[in-house]
Amino acid sequence: MERLNRDQMAARVARDIPEGACVNLGIGLPTLVANHLPKNREILLHSENGVLGMGPAPGAGEEDYDLINASKDPVTLLAGGAFFHHADSFGMMRGGHLDICVLGAFQVSVKGDLANWHTGAPDAIPAVGGAMDLAIGAKQVFVMMEHQTKSGQSKIVESCTYPLTGVACVNRIYTDLAVIDVTPQGLRVLEMVPGMTIAELNRVTGVPLLYERESDYA
Amino acid sequence: MINKIVSSVTEALADVPDGATILIGGFGPAGMPAELIDALIAQGAKDLTIVNNNAGNGETGLAALLKARRVRKILCSFPRQVDSHIFDALYRAGEIELELVPQGNLAERIRAAGAGIGGFYTRTGYGTLLAEGKETRTIDGRGYVLEYPIRADYALIKAERGDRWGNLVYRKTARNFGPIMATAARCTVAQVNRIVELGELDPETIITPGVYVKRIVHVPHGEPAGRRAAA
Repeated sequence: MERLNRDQMAARVARDIPEGACVNLGIGLPTLVANHLPKNREILLHSENGVLGMGPAPGAGEEDYDLINASKDPVTLLAGGAFFHHADSFGMMRGGHLDICVLGAFQVSVKGDLANWHTGAPDAIPAVGGAMDLAIGAKQVFVMMEHQTKSGQSKIVESCTYPLTGVACVNRIYTDLAVIDVTPQGLRVLEMVPGMTIAELNRVTGVPLLYERESDYA
Repeated sequence: MINKIVSSVTEALADVPDGATILIGGFGPAGMPAELIDALIAQGAKDLTIVNNNAGNGETGLAALLKARRVRKILCSFPRQVDSHIFDALYRAGEIELELVPQGNLAERIRAAGAGIGGFYTRTGYGTLLAEGKETRTIDGRGYVLEYPIRADYALIKAERGDRWGNLVYRKTARNFGPIMATAARCTVAQVNRIVELGELDPETIITPGVYVKRIVHVPHGEPAGRRAAA
């Protein structure tokens, strides 16, 4: 069994973003998804600081620091792109006008609760940015994260131990081991990496998972 | 004749009192009214409440205002950044109060203040630490949190061009909080890269109508915007 690397995970998420979608990619790992979007699809990238139709990074020497993304890195604008102020930008999220957002996570619960903004450590300085707005606003919330922490604990949990970003807001989880839907019946495994078995995925996840017929995962 | 143009950033901020609540535009370097912040530091007002998306970067601008110990409290969504060491140290020492606000709630609370809205219910933050102690309501089967407006004494913002009536247009993502902050303060001060004659701004593209702006001051970009912040 081979785990997906960060770019393979990004490519896997990108495959599920359809033609015409308006998408917000969170900072960190989700930002990589932009590099893998299929060239034959028109996909509008939203940035919280007031851009729809964001393009790739500019070439060296072409940077304009009045045109940046949520990570505050210079970007470009596609033909047809638009600028708007912050209340409009977050109204766009909260109002359900974005089709998909892709967020990183510390933990996701079996009910789709998301924890991604604060470890809750007493000396940590909390910062939330737009995470809570995205978590409840987009029509579909995709989480993209390593399946386990560095110490081998599952990041998919019965209930989150870190402070929540949003309640029952996650629709789908992409990890380096599997793609899992959050459904009213529970977590349903859509895909596993080649060589992964149901027994092994159950073992590393540690919460109940639902499967179709075993032969579907071959 | 209406003429909101003042001759300097110093004159623009001469009457800021101690204890004022001040909205400061910008998202990172884009739209940050750096020269107005420098003038606020020089002016000396203290015990301020500051509203900005962040809590200062590096040593300049908002970070310098914090370092000068002029700020009692800050409302922001994303204080912690790789170069927020001045805020981090003050916060850890208990020398600054932080009200952490989800970014969309920050924007909407400012917008609400400017639009005369007494409060609003939002799904953002429902069921999280940041909604603890707040009134909630179930609407159409979903949980919402009551949030109140953020009104201010001053707003310091940066725009690309403006005229003597206070009409403003912005540049790219430097627009960010500028248009909503302009509406939410008793006295909005805009620094602009270029002052133009009345009628030169296309009325179809004016983003902030002059009614929201009290003072406008010409601060030409010495360097391309952001070069200073990137350095």
